[in-house]
Amino acid sequence: MTDYEALGLKAGIEIHQQLNSREKLFCGCPTVLRKFEERDGEFSRYLRATESEMGEIDRAAKEEMMVLRKFCYYTYDTCCLVEYDEEPPAPLNREALEICLSIAKMVGMTPVEQVHTMRKLVIDGSNTSGFQRTALVAMNGTLPNGGAIDTICLEEEAAQRVEGDTFSLDRLGIPLVEITTSPCMRTPEEVFSVAEYLGMVLRSTGRVKRGLGTIRQDVNISIREGARVEIKGVQELDLISEVVRREVDRQQNLVRIREELRSRGAGVDPAPVDVTGVFAGTASSILKKAKKILAVRLPGFAGLVGMEIQPGRRLGSEISDYAKKCGVGGIFHTDELPAYGVTAEEVAALRANVGAAEGDCVVLVAASADRAACAADQVVYRAQMALEGVPEETRRMLEGGSTSYMRPLPGAARMYPETDVLPVRIGSEEWDAIQVPELLTVRAERFVKENGMDPVVARQVAYSEYLPLFQEALDQGIPPNLVHRTIFATVKEVGKETGNDTSCLLEPAVTIPVLHAAQEGRIAREAIPDVFRLILEGVPVNEAISRSAPTISTGDLEAIVRKTVSERKEFVKSKGMASLGPLMGVVMEELRGTVDGKVIAGVLKKEIQAALKEE
Amino acid sequence: MTGAFSSGDRVRCTFAGKELEGTYITERDGMAVVKLDSGYNMGIPFSACTLEEHFSITPAKGPAVAQDPSLPPLSIVSTGGTIASRIDYRTGAVTSQFDADDILRAIPGLEKIANFSTRVLYTILSENMTPLIWQELARAVYKEIRQGAQGVIVTHGTDTMAFSAAALSFMLDTPVPVIFVGSQRSADRPSSDNVMNALCSASAAVSPLGEVAVVMHETSSDDCCAIHRGTRVRKMHSSRRDAFESLGLPPIGRVEYPSLEVTLTKDAVRRRETEPALHDALEERCGLVYFYPGMLDAFSGMKGLVVAGTGLGHTSTTLIPGLRELIDGGTTVVMTTQCLFGRVCDRVYDTGRDLLKAGVIEGEDMLPEAALVKMMWVLGNETDPEKAHALMKQDLRGELSRRSVL
Repeated sequence: MTDYEALGLKAGIEIHQQLNSREKLFCGCPTVLRKFEERDGEFSRYLRATESEMGEIDRAAKEEMMVLRKFCYYTYDTCCLVEYDEEPPAPLNREALEICLSIAKMVGMTPVEQVHTMRKLVIDGSNTSGFQRTALVAMNGTLPNGGAIDTICLEEEAAQRVEGDTFSLDRLGIPLVEITTSPCMRTPEEVFSVAEYLGMVLRSTGRVKRGLGTIRQDVNISIREGARVEIKGVQELDLISEVVRREVDRQQNLVRIREELRSRGAGVDPAPVDVTGVFAGTASSILKKAKKILAVRLPGFAGLVGMEIQPGRRLGSEISDYAKKCGVGGIFHTDELPAYGVTAEEVAALRANVGAAEGDCVVLVAASADRAACAADQVVYRAQMALEGVPEETRRMLEGGSTSYMRPLPGAARMYPETDVLPVRIGSEEWDAIQVPELLTVRAERFVKENGMDPVVARQVAYSEYLPLFQEALDQGIPPNLVHRTIFATVKEVGKETGNDTSCLLEPAVTIPVLHAAQEGRIAREAIPDVFRLILEGVPVNEAISRSAPTISTGDLEAIVRKTVSERKEFVKSKGMASLGPLMGVVMEELRGTVDGKVIAGVLKKEIQAALKEE
Repeated sequence: MTGAFSSGDRVRCTFAGKELEGTYITERDGMAVVKLDSGYNMGIPFSACTLEEHFSITPAKGPAVAQDPSLPPLSIVSTGGTIASRIDYRTGAVTSQFDADDILRAIPGLEKIANFSTRVLYTILSENMTPLIWQELARAVYKEIRQGAQGVIVTHGTDTMAFSAAALSFMLDTPVPVIFVGSQRSADRPSSDNVMNALCSASAAVSPLGEVAVVMHETSSDDCCAIHRGTRVRKMHSSRRDAFESLGLPPIGRVEYPSLEVTLTKDAVRRRETEPALHDALEERCGLVYFYPGMLDAFSGMKGLVVAGTGLGHTSTTLIPGLRELIDGGTTVVMTTQCLFGRVCDRVYDTGRDLLKAGVIEGEDMLPEAALVKMMWVLGNETDPEKAHALMKQDLRGELSRRSVL
């Protein structure tokens, strides 16, 4: 067991949640996602870093600029010139601001009196403008663990990456809230529970988007000997503590590597050597293709570049990530050679060529002359940082919870004012008018107390996106178990069986009349799936209900039940009232769901009692 | 309290029961705008802030860009506009306050195309241009060419760029390219069209072209710029990169990006070895009226008047006596069409024939704005009314064509 407190783990989270507003944050487009094949056009652009109002260029942006990349964008009929960066933004979406304020109020934050929209420089192509618009809305809230929520910001969502440098514009501009906690968490489990709590708070509004990708967590992690690292894009909550655990491992291992390097008196040779000639006859296809091959000598690094620092990641992977910023595919290093078509003879020749001693590691980059030179510099840069320990970085989560390097931590220089959007005043009147929705945890407790629901079911209902539908049915006097079974089981079963999209069945105008019919005995509960099937086939709701109504009279029903009981007198006598269950099955089978089970049970009970009395 | 801080000061603010530190930026609607260390700005009452330390924002200027004297000499004359703009953090607005030297720094790659000399003539927004400034601009460009510039780039706001380009087309007889360039999306955004437009304009300025032109994005993508004739170009969209279009004549060339390869059509006037000439007289008392249904009166007191009429070049019948009065009083009246595409023909309908009878001159397929600038130039240089009328119907700088082609 790792003692996280002893390691001085400090973690904070940033939660990004898409809002389900009618329009995007800075234009009138709908907040809908599209399929890539529905695109109606493409265009391409280049992006260049600009100075902040203080006259500085952000270092993360500078690194993105190492290679000028051409970005391609997919357009849709649900996008407009604002997403294309061909028109100034519309004023800040008031609906989104209101949702944001309501979240802020739920966690006891104080609103900013005058909200200023900023441009956050992002030139990785995910924003056509080259910046993400974001506004600080409120500050200083509290968490159940006593920690603080530093800020809540309202931001526009970035474009979705299709692949490589191609992006899809449907998602760009959907409003997001970003909630940033203080670094107040001390264990991986605590990170999980805070993230889970905030997710619950967000869903309590009933006005956030649901489904994979609509909520993302970034985690800030450091240990005492390490450095602050921001890990972006944890989409599954269940992975969040694993991400923390693996990052702590990584930082510990980097610290161990530093200690080992120092004890070995290791260093970095800052002058790359041109070794293109060494590989003139190589069988490695990558090296053969390259116009230029440069080698960086790392004295005292042998064995450590290949050392695993978290599952699937080595120090070499870190160095490679930095080199890739120059547009190369990756690196080779002698800890993993001979391999990949590079022979032992070539390795020996390489070592001799650069004058590498046995304890040295040699790193190779192969590309065009420009890119190779840029990549070699990056190798030197990252290797030097290994002598210092853990670099401050922004990292990207990989499958399973390990991470790769993305860019340096951004500084304040990446923010400058969005002059096309006027500041918004939040007066005390506006703030007082903001409604605070009930927390889902409180709502679940109320279901248990007021409606006698099972706690597990109550929680499932409260956290579900069908809570409003459920509540409406309840308000109309329909018993909770009937509503729960119908919404959470029957619809799903019908969907599975028919292979149809059943979302139309969960519209109040459809679900509620069907539930009423079942409640009032106009149809059997068992007939609800039949009604749903008819509706899916396009039959109007009322007709579907009347077509599924029982075809036999009460008299007929009583006759059938009487017959069933009298045919099984011996069985009834021996089992007494316990025969009710088995006989239900027999009668139901005969009636094939045309009569509500409850009704049958009532009649059957009476007949069994009568039969037993006869004795 | 407003005057308590100056931009750049470190301030300490009390907010939500916490102490915050930040940089004072400006006053906005009675609030102090403070940049927090996270980079976010927020508006906070002045009463909640105290001065921590006095600083001033002095954006560091990078080193001057080294030039290659073996490259062709080009001159950049800057007048302002978005291509050379910076945010004014006191007002929050984008204003032009770069000098031409800043442009070289802001547009990496320019120094590989030519050896630049720069001259700041104005730093104004193009909506504030006047015929007087056009004249000064024409003289400045003339001087640059006389002093050996192999091409001149004029940086200009896009709103009235087409007017200025047309004005220089008439005033200047140039043997080398005079290229107007600007940007539609401000230079303070990473996606700005300024870099590509500037590089393409420089490439056009060293090309075999020999006339006044506008070089701007041809599509929404960063893939090529169109070269438009100065008398045929018009801003056709309020915000898009590809707002500029040639009307009545296809663009006279194109510059590919990022290769910067220039192709010219056969219509493009080629570079010559002749001396430049300047004819900078303009008659300022010329106006342009946009006819609308129900319009009661035309301008009076003008030496010349361009009417942007409907369709083939019409006004209401009731307006014709007014126009006749103006013409009888010595005003030259030229008809153009607000359709922008197509030719004026006042011989088809009675209204047109009545306009001709009243003495209105058909402006052929000239753009209304180009016709206005041309009229200023014609009336500024030719006092004989009959000769002036003839000049208005004659092609001087490619602004008018004899035949309309598909």
